[in-house]
Amino acid sequence: MSSSAIYILDVKGKVLISRNYRGDIDLGVIEKFMPLLMEKEEEGLLTPILQTSECTFAYIKTNNLYLVSTTKKNANIALVFVFLHKVVQVMTEYFKELEEESIRDNFVVIYELLDELLDFGYPQTTDSKILQEYITQEGHKLEIQPRIPMAVTNAVSWRSEGIKYRKNEVFLDVIESVNLLANANGNVLRSEIVGAIKMRVYLSGMPELRLGLNDKVLFESTGRGKSKSVELEDVKFHQCVRLSRFENDRTISFIPPDGEFELMSYRLNTHVKPLIWIESVIERHAHSRVEYMIKAKSQFKRRSTANNVEIVIPVPGDADSPKFKTTVGSVKYAPEQSAITWTIKSFPGGKEYLMRAHFGLPSVECEDNEGKPPIQVRFEIPYFTTSGIQVRYLKIIEKSGYQALPWVRYITQNGDYQLRTN
Amino acid sequence: MTDSKYFTTTKKGEIFELKSELNSDKKEKKKEAVKKVIASMTVGKDVSALFPDVVNCMQTDNLELKKLVYLYLMNYAKSQPDMAIMAVNTFVKDCEDPNPLIRALAVRTMGCIRVDKITEYLCEPLRKCLKDEDPYVRKTAAVCVAKLYDISSSLVEDQGFLDQLKDLLSDSNPMVVANAVAALSEINESSPTGQPLVELNTNTINKLLTALNECTEWGQVFILDSLANYSPKDEREAQSICERITPRLAHANAAVVLSTVKVLMKLMEMLSGDSDFCTTLSKKLAPPLVTLLSSEPEVQYVALRNINLIVQKRPDILKHEMKVFFVKYNDPIYVKLEKLDIMIRLASQANIAQVLSELKEYATEVDVDFVRKAVRAIGRCAIKVEPSAERCVSTLLDLIQTKVNYVVQEAIVVIKDIFRKYPNKYESIISTLCENLDTLDEPEARASMVWIIGEYAERIDNADELLDSFLEGFADENAQVQLQLLTAVVKLFLKRPAHTQALVQHVLSLATQDSDNPDLRDRGFIYWRLLSTDPAAAKEVVLADKPLISEETDLLEPTLLDELICHISSLASVYHKPPTAFVEGRSAGIRKSLPARQGSDDAVAQEATVIPSQETLIGDLLTMDIGAAVPAAGPPAQPASTGIDLLGGGLDSLLGGPPTEPASVAAPTTTGLLGDIFGLTTAPAMYTPPKTCWLPAEKGKGLEIWGTFSRRSGQITMDLTFTNKAMQAMNNFAIQFNKNSFGVAPGASLNLGVLQPGQSIENNLPLTTNGPVQRMEPLMTLQVAIKNNVDIFYYACQIPIQVLFCEDGQLDKRVFLTTWKDIPAANEVQYTIHNIKGNADAVASKMTHNNIFTIAKRNVEGQDMLYQSLKLTNNIWVLLELKLQPGVTNATLSLKSRSVEVAASVFQAYESILNN
Repeated sequence: MSSSAIYILDVKGKVLISRNYRGDIDLGVIEKFMPLLMEKEEEGLLTPILQTSECTFAYIKTNNLYLVSTTKKNANIALVFVFLHKVVQVMTEYFKELEEESIRDNFVVIYELLDELLDFGYPQTTDSKILQEYITQEGHKLEIQPRIPMAVTNAVSWRSEGIKYRKNEVFLDVIESVNLLANANGNVLRSEIVGAIKMRVYLSGMPELRLGLNDKVLFESTGRGKSKSVELEDVKFHQCVRLSRFENDRTISFIPPDGEFELMSYRLNTHVKPLIWIESVIERHAHSRVEYMIKAKSQFKRRSTANNVEIVIPVPGDADSPKFKTTVGSVKYAPEQSAITWTIKSFPGGKEYLMRAHFGLPSVECEDNEGKPPIQVRFEIPYFTTSGIQVRYLKIIEKSGYQALPWVRYITQNGDYQLRTN
Repeated sequence: MTDSKYFTTTKKGEIFELKSELNSDKKEKKKEAVKKVIASMTVGKDVSALFPDVVNCMQTDNLELKKLVYLYLMNYAKSQPDMAIMAVNTFVKDCEDPNPLIRALAVRTMGCIRVDKITEYLCEPLRKCLKDEDPYVRKTAAVCVAKLYDISSSLVEDQGFLDQLKDLLSDSNPMVVANAVAALSEINESSPTGQPLVELNTNTINKLLTALNECTEWGQVFILDSLANYSPKDEREAQSICERITPRLAHANAAVVLSTVKVLMKLMEMLSGDSDFCTTLSKKLAPPLVTLLSSEPEVQYVALRNINLIVQKRPDILKHEMKVFFVKYNDPIYVKLEKLDIMIRLASQANIAQVLSELKEYATEVDVDFVRKAVRAIGRCAIKVEPSAERCVSTLLDLIQTKVNYVVQEAIVVIKDIFRKYPNKYESIISTLCENLDTLDEPEARASMVWIIGEYAERIDNADELLDSFLEGFADENAQVQLQLLTAVVKLFLKRPAHTQALVQHVLSLATQDSDNPDLRDRGFIYWRLLSTDPAAAKEVVLADKPLISEETDLLEPTLLDELICHISSLASVYHKPPTAFVEGRSAGIRKSLPARQGSDDAVAQEATVIPSQETLIGDLLTMDIGAAVPAAGPPAQPASTGIDLLGGGLDSLLGGPPTEPASVAAPTTTGLLGDIFGLTTAPAMYTPPKTCWLPAEKGKGLEIWGTFSRRSGQITMDLTFTNKAMQAMNNFAIQFNKNSFGVAPGASLNLGVLQPGQSIENNLPLTTNGPVQRMEPLMTLQVAIKNNVDIFYYACQIPIQVLFCEDGQLDKRVFLTTWKDIPAANEVQYTIHNIKGNADAVASKMTHNNIFTIAKRNVEGQDMLYQSLKLTNNIWVLLELKLQPGVTNATLSLKSRSVEVAASVFQAYESILNN
């Protein structure tokens, strides 16, 4: 129902390592992968799923590597892709960087991992923290044979027992990314907030955690409808959160994994004023020059400040002799990306800055149509969330009864922030 | 220190060297040697010669070494089956090891070695491992049963492993349950009979639902996927399953979310559409689907392909979410194209302005395929959202002005469709189109342009010159352009015969004499014969009104759509093809279909108004199965080419009668029609339409069915004529209807006996009206399946509504009057009937025979007013007022009913009754 075999290929399509799980497809079929991929790319019909007469290839690409799964059944393809990405995540956590070299350097462990991650095409244990307890890189140094951690088959498959910290601490990061799409006329087509609550948990034992947010649904059901609250459109939880409990009374309760993980993510469609607004005037004088006038406005409260603001403005590929003028920050031309980047280290709320750029254009025009890439903005605003979400409490209960304090940090940053140009 | 050193052995006698190292006494050296062997294996060198030496290292207490040897065994056992047997002992011993990790490893590896001799020895250890005290071993053993089934299904069945596996569904450990479910689903899917070997019952479902809350994310997917194969016994059970799985929509894993969506979409079929529960559920589905669009691009792609299905099945779910499908500059091309497709599906009058401005933006992008699709999408919007047509056309004109070659060509192709949909509305732009004639180099664009010229030949002054210029290179044109040229010139000739005779002769000779394309020749000959025999008829044929083109050009055929909904998140849902189309053999699995909704007549399921001809699955129209298993779809039936049909006997009938309804003009092969006509003339009886061909022989593998509906003394019957045009006898006939608007169902089984080759049998099948009800579109559609020893055939026919008029349809005068007043004016529909013969009394009596009762007759200002009532079998009352003017053959009919949907069908009934 899932993968018949998994391959890791280098960028030219050479197999670096592979594992056959079902034996129903000849392993050599992978020879057809690269030619097929190139052919489809040429035809402009490239999809992450490629079909041949013998099997279906599903692949993802990461760091110049292809991870390919084959199947000749009606596989659950969503599962296959999520799993392939998970493999990348596990291996990255094992080897820091998943690349050609790290695969050769660790092929024995990779074989062991592949054996544990998937059985007969069905994903099994994919939690790298737990895997690391019994599949170790220095296996030969251990004199005692490893045992299966209880967690592998436990209901709590993400946390081992007997974890000990001298100081029990939890760090919560509430990170909101703002996605924005605006058209050339300055109309916002789409704006969306994608938030994530990331945790770093350094707690002993098997702690029970309960997180309280100013969730509108919860507030309304408990008669606090008037207090300031946030309506979360869609929430996704890490597998440690008891989903039925949340469905019943909106309580977020869980036994956390050890260390760093993403507890939940949420999405809001509320229309907010774009935090950083860009107005651009582009004057193109064919065969001679192009001029840009870019105005950047910060539309958030004065007491907040956006840090490391980067405004990336696409310019024609054949532009030359750049000249810039700006009151604040610095401008850099990156010809290899056909773009200029205007960097403003600190951008307080309620301000407006201006930048002018001037390029020469060759008298002979380049033939291929270049399209109109949008202006993109990167920024970071600390101590601030666009949605107004707040962590009201984080209760930590462990049977040994220790006290642990949660630390909360808020930050808003850009997500997919695109403004189309004329 | 890294493993890469194992790859660097360059010595000449490498194999020999390794051999001696493998046989070394030192543990460390042995292990290094095995690693070198595995390294060689990884880079594709053949190290099978070392088989005995590697197997010798198998007995070790070093886990890492053991794993490597096992890996080696899995790769080479098949090529060395005789030597592989040497490993059996160690495997069996390892299955008893005190360390569960080793027990599991042994049973897992043994299942992967597909060598018969080893498999024999697998049974005993597997049996033990399935009952192991450690859940890690049990969960591994569960999967191993599926592996064994793949190698030898009989072994699994004979050895009772299925029962053991079933027992594991009640295991205390959720991970074991999940793997057992996965293994069972796999076994069921590949069952040779097509019937599941292990059926799930309410009890096991409850256990699965409990395990769902506790097992890993992957285990949740296994459980949800198997839930999708379960049909709850009633609406209550369906609802309770929905309630228990809905929280999974909040899982971070996209595969869990999509599998949940699959189960919910399937179970929603069983819930009554207007219940609060169903409405809330629909609302809950939208946000998670939207969130899937923030996942990795590959997952987005799968999600979008699935959303495409969901939008077709339940358009309401995402109708307000248009904006999330707007294309981003850095989306991969496959995501862009899918988003575009969904945007068109969601386009409506409410959002068309936004959609158009987006599409215009996309049409200026760089990627040619994407731009083309965007231009095409503008055309589709024009056809789908009528009020926007004008804006679409002007947008297309703007794009043509850009003079970008492929944009112009694509625009012309879609403008042709717009002309088809809105004739005589936008011909003012033809001149602009003609300016671009020279730049068209793609066959489809050229063919479209030629069609436009031919269609509007009378308004384009130099149409003859334009077409003539195309004729110069006639031989080099693509076939579709040649066909269009031929037709266009004939149209031109029929519209402006004055100076175009030479031209038409030229093109006819090009087509019939110089071409070796049979389609072109045949079309040429038909035009030639038509023009020479009867130019008036030619005009009627060639310049006939064209049927409307459909709004949605690429809707999936409804049953295929239903089947694909059952396959959400699988490959089938991405390909938009049933698994039988790409999975070989028995593993293609059982055909899936949505469960039947129970006893509700307000089905919300949106049926496609136009069924495009799908290449595959023409037959699989209905969600029902007759008898046990529905076989895989047969080879697609070839639609008869119109050319061939015309050249045969059809030509004469074509010239004789109106070309629009060849089916009813052509004489049926049986006496059934004549009998009906006689019946009508001798004694005044209910009007029965003549039999029409429902299943042509080429689609029925030789079985031809003609039929009609009739009502005699309160009994509705389906009058059928079966003809066997195949070479062998047919028997074992059976019939079933799909759910339909009026609950029409067979009242008896089909008793035909044996149908010999060449034989025809008449059969009058009594019908009842208490079958399952589902609103059909068009209303009177009845989908029928006929089974015989050859295959199952599907066809759809229209029930003439008059057979549903009840004998007790006469209303009391006073009741009529108050009811008429009670029904709001919005429910009144008017219609004009032409060519009425006879006076009011004759009409009234004719109607009475058809259970339309005249309540009163009045004469107002020289006009006869007939007040009539009728009652349908499902107790819908219809009130009518017929206004007749003596000497005038047109009559006005006003209809009032609480269910005004039936109006069109009633009007049709009036037409057919009065005209016969």
